[in-house]
Amino acid sequence: MSETSAPEVQSSDLKVIKNVTFEILRYSPEKDEAPRAQKFQVPVIKGMTVLDGLLWIKENLDASLAYRSSCRMGVCGSCGMFINGLPRLACNNQIVHLNADTITIKPLPNYNIIRDLVPDLEGFFDKHESIQPYMIREQVEELNNPTGEFFQSPDELVDYIQFAYCIKCGLCLSACPTVATDDNFIGPQALAQAYRYNVDSRDEGAKEREEELYSSHGVWRCHFAGACSDVCPKGVDPAFAIQLLKQNMFMQKLHVHKQKPATHVIPWVAEHIPNEKIPKAPERTVK
Amino acid sequence: MKVEVKHRKNKLGIVGWIGGGRFGAERYAYALHRLTGLGILAYFLLHIFVTGSRIGGRQSWESAMANFKTPLFKFGEFLVFLAFAYHALNGLRLIITELGFMLGKAQRPVFPYVTSVHRQRPLFIGLMIVAAIIIIFGGADFYFI
Ligand code: HEM
Ligand code: SF4
Ligand code: FES
Repeated sequence: MSETSAPEVQSSDLKVIKNVTFEILRYSPEKDEAPRAQKFQVPVIKGMTVLDGLLWIKENLDASLAYRSSCRMGVCGSCGMFINGLPRLACNNQIVHLNADTITIKPLPNYNIIRDLVPDLEGFFDKHESIQPYMIREQVEELNNPTGEFFQSPDELVDYIQFAYCIKCGLCLSACPTVATDDNFIGPQALAQAYRYNVDSRDEGAKEREEELYSSHGVWRCHFAGACSDVCPKGVDPAFAIQLLKQNMFMQKLHVHKQKPATHVIPWVAEHIPNEKIPKAPERTVK
Repeated sequence: MKVEVKHRKNKLGIVGWIGGGRFGAERYAYALHRLTGLGILAYFLLHIFVTGSRIGGRQSWESAMANFKTPLFKFGEFLVFLAFAYHALNGLRLIITELGFMLGKAQRPVFPYVTSVHRQRPLFIGLMIVAAIIIIFGGADFYFI
C-alpha cells in the first residue's frame, strides 16, 4: 500500500502578510446599554479566514469575545455574521480576499442579539419547522416500516437537490428587506425548504403545506429583491424556490398545474446478479 | 430554573429597505419600486382632487391650472413621469419573474453559484434600457418640444 503524507508546511506560509483591524460590535446584556464597537489588530497569514481572526483575538487579546462556530468549513451554518457590508459565513471568507484593511463585523441583522456576535436563531428555526420540512406520505405505515425504497430518478433528484443544500445559517433572512419590517414573514429559508419537499417526487405533503405557504405571511410577501440568493453560501437560491412556489399556485388557479402522483415503493431486489464492471456497493443501511 | 435573558433588538426596519449592505441592484429596485408606486399613488390622488375642480366651472379650473404653470411643478410632473416609466417597466419584470418565468431551471449547485437572480439580469438590464429611452425621449418632449 502506498503511503500518502500531508504536504509539508513551508515556513513562508506562516509569514505575516499584513495587519488588519477587526472592528467588532460588542454587546454584553449585563453591562451594555447599547452595542459598542471595539477594535483589534490582527496579524494575517496566508489562507486565514475571518473566523481564524476571531479565534486569534479570543486566544490572544480578549477571551470574552463571543461568537458561534463549529465546523470551520462552511457546512454547519453556525458562524453567520455581517462582515464588511454583507451577511457571510466567517469561516467561508478569507481575510485577504475581502481586500480591506479594516474588517467590520456585526451580528447578523434582523435577529435579536444574545451577546456580541451571537444572534438568537430560535424564531428562525420555528419558521423552518412550521412548513413541515420532512417527507409526508399518505401511507404512514410505509414510512415507519419500509418494505422497500421510494423510487426516484436522477432527473427528479435535480428538481430539488440545490434546495436541499441549505445549512440553516440564516444569512438569507438577514439580507431580506421584507424580513426587516415583517416579523411574521416565513422568510426565504423556510419557504425554500417547503418547495424542496413539495417538488420531491416522493412527497405527498403539498396540500398540507398550502395554508402556511399561501397565508398573508407566505410567498406573496416576497417581492423578489433577490438578496437572499445573493448571499446564500451554498447556492440554494431561495428566491428561485419562492418564485416557483408562486408559479405553482398561479398554475393551480388556472387549473393547468398537475400535481404528479408520488412515486411508488420499489421492493428490495431479491436476487441480484452483480455486474463485474461496477465496483461493489457498500452494505445496506436499512435492512 | 429559567434564566431571564435580555436580548437586544436588531431589526433593520424601513431603513433596511434602502441601506443594509452591498447587495445586488435588484434589492434596491425593490425599494425604488415601492417608493415610485407610492409616489404615483400620491400624484393620482392629487390628480383626482385637482381635476375635480372642473365641477366648479371654467373659472375654478383655470385658476387651479394656473398654480401648476410654475417650473417647480413642471419638474414635479417630470418626476412623476420618470417614476411611472421605471415602475411600469420594472413591474413588467416583476410580473414575469415572480410567476417563475425567465429564471432558468433548478440544477446541481456548483461553485461559483449562478442563481435565478443572475439569470434574470439581462431582462432587468434590457427593461431598464427601455425605461431610460422612454425617459430621454419623454424628457425631450416635456422640455423642448
Ligand atoms: C403599467 C403600469 C403598472 C405596472 C406594470 C405596475 C406593476 C406593479 C407590480 C407588478 C407590482 C407588484 C410588485 C411586487 O410584487 O413587488 C406593483 C406594486 C405597486 N404599484 Fe404598480 N404598476 C403600474 C402602475 C401603477 C400605478 C399607476 C400606481 C399608483 C397609482 C401603482 C402603485 C403601486 C404600489 C403602491 C405598489 C406596491 C408597492 C410595494 O408593495 O412594494 N402602480 N406595481
Ligand atoms: S437558504 Fe442559504 S442562506 Fe438561507 S439558511 Fe439556507 S444555506 Fe443559509
Ligand atoms: S463554522 Fe460551520 S459554517 Fe462556519
